[in-house]
Amino acid sequence: MNQARTNPLNTTLMHGALILYTLIALFPVFIILINSFKERRAIFRDPLGLPDAESFSTIGYETVMKQGDFFLYFQNSMIVTVVSLFFILLFGAMAAYALSEYRFRGNMLMGLYLALGIMIPIRIGTVAILELMVATGLVNTLWALILVYTAQGLPLAVFILSEFMRQVSDDLKNAGRIDGLSEYTIFFRLVLPLVRPAMATVAVFNMIPIWNDLWFPLILAPSEETKTLTLGSQVFIGQFVTDWNAVLSALSMAILPVLVLYVIFSRQLIRGLTSGAVK
Amino acid sequence: MTALKLANVNKSFGDVHVLKDISLEVEEGEFVVFVGPSGCGKSTLLRVIAGLEDASSGEIHIAGDMVNLTPPSKRGIAMVFQSYALYPHLNVRGNMTLALKQERQPKSVIEDRVRKASDMLDLAPYLDRFPSELSGGQRQRVAIGRAIVREPKLFLFDEPLSNLDAALRMNTRIEIANLHRQLGASMIYVTHDQTEAMTLADKIVVLRDGQVEQIGSPMELYNNPINQFVAGFLGSPSMNFFPAGLINAGDHHIMGVRPEDLFIDANGKLETTVSHVEHLGGDTNVIAQFGEHQIAARLFGQHAVAEGETIRLSFNPESAYSFDDNGIRVN
Ligand SMILES: Nc1ncnc2c1ncn2[C@@H]1O[C@H](COP(=O)(O)OP(=O)(O)O)[C@@H](O)[C@H]1O
Ligand SMILES: [Mg+2]
Repeated sequence: MNQARTNPLNTTLMHGALILYTLIALFPVFIILINSFKERRAIFRDPLGLPDAESFSTIGYETVMKQGDFFLYFQNSMIVTVVSLFFILLFGAMAAYALSEYRFRGNMLMGLYLALGIMIPIRIGTVAILELMVATGLVNTLWALILVYTAQGLPLAVFILSEFMRQVSDDLKNAGRIDGLSEYTIFFRLVLPLVRPAMATVAVFNMIPIWNDLWFPLILAPSEETKTLTLGSQVFIGQFVTDWNAVLSALSMAILPVLVLYVIFSRQLIRGLTSGAVK
Repeated sequence: MTALKLANVNKSFGDVHVLKDISLEVEEGEFVVFVGPSGCGKSTLLRVIAGLEDASSGEIHIAGDMVNLTPPSKRGIAMVFQSYALYPHLNVRGNMTLALKQERQPKSVIEDRVRKASDMLDLAPYLDRFPSELSGGQRQRVAIGRAIVREPKLFLFDEPLSNLDAALRMNTRIEIANLHRQLGASMIYVTHDQTEAMTLADKIVVLRDGQVEQIGSPMELYNNPINQFVAGFLGSPSMNFFPAGLINAGDHHIMGVRPEDLFIDANGKLETTVSHVEHLGGDTNVIAQFGEHQIAARLFGQHAVAEGETIRLSFNPESAYSFDDNGIRVN
């Protein structure tokens, strides 16, 4: 292990592979970005070329801005993603703590039941969910999406977090109990800060699928006021004509907020990893 | 008054019966050590006393009150953990004052107690540091300080020295003994290390497999072990055991002799082959084979004994112990 790491050939190969992977992964993003700054004809004439003085154009961004509701869509996506993540982390952590900390009848079964959701895709239940939302009058509200995404994210969150919570020192929790802290204080002040890296992992895993989802917004909240960014961008994709400038510009802008959230969470992730290693 | 009284305490985790019918008393101001091999249930017993685990049956009385249903923070106890268990997000002062703040003690009382405790433990320069900025020994002192400021009726220590290196362990041991003298408080101290038990205790409780084997002062247990387990557990090197028949024909008991009771004697009945010698200067430890039995002898002073040599060892018959087949002491 150590040997392999210090071997210069291996190091080079490893970095080569990682750099190659990074390039492959970033390539589509790069293409979207450069083409969003080109005029329509240039996009098709030379899709891989950088925008130059002749082909440079911000017409796509202008269209998107003029479309008016773009910022509303943006806001909707942001609200849905952030609130869903908040609920996933809060309820996921609480359930995980209960499962890992307390011995009660059916503890094991409950854990298995909660983990079952990892294996069954939530989209199977789309029809039932829609009926449910119609019955409760939640169709075309952001709450419909938030509830569904929270349910979708919880199983994995509980699974990952309970594994980490088992590793939090019993002595620390017991010290808190002897000092008279309530179980809630122990959970929020002692345990949660120690599993922050795991929380960040869960947040990152859940964030992207929620932000990018088209399925549930289309089915549960397609109204003008509740459209998410992904759904809103679809207006530029027509059956016969597609406004590629606008689509690419919308997508470019949609990348930004996820990037910011990702940076916030991954900081936590890295800090947690290294602090655990050096201890 | 008794600081702690346990009456027929049992504890099971599912089918695993960890504590079996434990009854004992700790007098006010007494330093009691629970000692036993790892996994014998010492920590579990301490957690039951603290209220962190419920006893499956039996009664726990602290300072005269039955506390079976009292939460840990209201039992008048303080506990020091093996892993220190300091609150990582609070500085030393915060760690020491948290419990007092929870009890809503007035500020002046809190300050007073923190000052007293930090003077006692030389913690004054570190009060504003965080646990991650302290060495292991300092962390352990903070953990002890956190217990002291509560002025509990009963201190509980769970192997507090096992994470420290040897030199620090000795110092901290002396510090804990001093602390006990200064505070005059009742203390229960758990360890698997018989040296700690012998040096600190007013009274030792020897545990095995969740059962009390024997209770008594260190010298009582050393001189008068009730069975082979206690005899072998206390003392270092530990007591030598071999069939008494090898020395006295017809004796079916097991004979036990302490290493320091053996001496070299040209007419000794134990003819042994030396397998290892430790020259300590003041003492010489000789490990030798007596037939298929290993014998440790602790000889006073310096002896020129070499490995492979055959020596004869002898002992005063009065200093020997006899045990029956079940390990029960017979004389
Ligand atoms: N929460 C628990 N669930 C099940 N078994 C336990 C639990 N805690 C301790 N035990 C068992 O009880 C026995 C005694 O443990 P412990 O009190 O920690 O021993 P010691 O402190 O003497 O080393 C061990 O066999 C351990 O496996
Ligand atoms: Mg233990």
